[in-house]
Amino acid sequence: MGQPINEIQEELIEEFGLFEDWADKYEYLIDLGKKLAPMSDAFKTEENVIKGCQSRVWLHAEKQGDLVVFQADSEAIIVKGMISMLIRVLSNHTPAEILAADLYFIEQIGMSQHLAQTRSNGLVSMVKQMQHYALAFS
Amino acid sequence: MAETLNIDQIRADFPVLHQQVNKAPLIYFDNAATTQKPKAVIDALAAYYEHDNANIHRGIHTLAERATTAYELTRKKLAAFLNAPSIDQIIFTSGTTAGINLVAQTFGRANVGKGDQIIVSNLEHHSNIVPWQMIAEEKWAEIKVIPVSDEGVLDIEAYKALLNPRVKLVAVNHVSNAIGTINPIVEIISLAHAVGAKVLIDGAQSVAHLSVDVQALDMDFFVFSAHKLFGPTGVGVLYGKQELLESMPPYQGGGEMIKEVSFAGTTYNELPYKFEAGTPNIADVIAFGAALDYVQAIPSEALATQEEALLAYATEKLKAISGLRIVGTAPEKIAVISFVIDGVHPQDIGVLLDKFGIAIRTGHHCAQPLMQRYELVGTCRASFAFYNTFEEIDRFVLCLEKTLQMLG
Repeated sequence: MGQPINEIQEELIEEFGLFEDWADKYEYLIDLGKKLAPMSDAFKTEENVIKGCQSRVWLHAEKQGDLVVFQADSEAIIVKGMISMLIRVLSNHTPAEILAADLYFIEQIGMSQHLAQTRSNGLVSMVKQMQHYALAFS
Repeated sequence: MAETLNIDQIRADFPVLHQQVNKAPLIYFDNAATTQKPKAVIDALAAYYEHDNANIHRGIHTLAERATTAYELTRKKLAAFLNAPSIDQIIFTSGTTAGINLVAQTFGRANVGKGDQIIVSNLEHHSNIVPWQMIAEEKWAEIKVIPVSDEGVLDIEAYKALLNPRVKLVAVNHVSNAIGTINPIVEIISLAHAVGAKVLIDGAQSVAHLSVDVQALDMDFFVFSAHKLFGPTGVGVLYGKQELLESMPPYQGGGEMIKEVSFAGTTYNELPYKFEAGTPNIADVIAFGAALDYVQAIPSEALATQEEALLAYATEKLKAISGLRIVGTAPEKIAVISFVIDGVHPQDIGVLLDKFGIAIRTGHHCAQPLMQRYELVGTCRASFAFYNTFEEIDRFVLCLEKTLQMLG
């Protein structure tokens, strides 16, 4: 039994709540990006790429038992930090849990601008794609 | 002693510059994307809607008269601005892209045939590539490309070798939007004319920085956008030689562009109205007139001196940052600096600089073939206008260094 999605979101909100300064917040985000588990090169295929206007994102999903497991990567480190959080929140959950998830933490930690820039970084498409995988696996 | 600009006074004319972004004073270095608007332009726009709003050309009432006069006054100002022989050669469009598409779909459609060639350069914006690809595909014509050197200079010898009587049109920018190179358009035009080809010059990036005399340059077509010349968005200008414009078929059909319509047939209006179907962007054209007045009131020599000084200062400062490489080092450049930094994605730099209140552009700048030429995913681009300051460059460089520390 994994940790519930909202519990992880609360954890992230608490972690980011420690920083008053935007620079500290972003340093933490960059750090999360650097620590993102490396994606196997075998999954960095044309099929797995989500094209943003400025940077690419790769997303791979597989089902392990009842759970969907995601791997992802990006060329840009801030996007990678965002990916790292999205994977922490959504990976290792059932398709039903992923489909029902409301990703409120992004706004709460003040990072919604990265999901608003729809064309530039591919993150919005990535979230949609994660849900599509969940739907396909359900 | 050359006249220098009073930058504080100029900055006071641009309301948008006086604000905090992310709790820091805004530094606007994205002038190649769009320039900011002086108060005079904003006031002209509001005044038109408050006092004169009416549809133009057909109305006989007082407001229609006023709006028509103001609208046509901008055309006169533009003819003077470009030294066009006649105001009929100034056609209003919605922007540079629309002007290029107009020429592609009228001149191109009428003059480019199977096996003919259109030359573009490796420095072009997508808007000066794709419209030509579309017409070339339709007409079974070929696109040829003038190569660019590592420094960002067009290879004129290679261009000469591309020229032949099958070339119907050469489409190049006056100034590269991505890296700032000023292209040798005098030479490009005269070489094209020698083989009977016409030339379209995309002036989107040049009009705010260089003076353009369409007659002295023997321009066939010149296109640009008002919003990159301190005017409103949604207005563009197409200048064309009279005989070319007259021989071209109309573009879009509708009101304004006709003389007489019947179901037996329609006769088209004269220049420039033949190419201005429908109600135009009256308000923004009128406000553009205010932008032209504003920019022409600034002594052009002082403006150029200020921009050259900003470019030289920023180039020097940026070069001192370790791992930073300037992309585009042509000897003739406008005040645009494109750069990359080893191991850092441009997008990350753009996101963090925004947090410092600094607006630059990152990405491929709608010039993917140029990025492919340099094997880059994109660059960071700082582009200056005469209202930018040395202090802003100092803070930009300082914040860039902080950004790199954060990403390091």
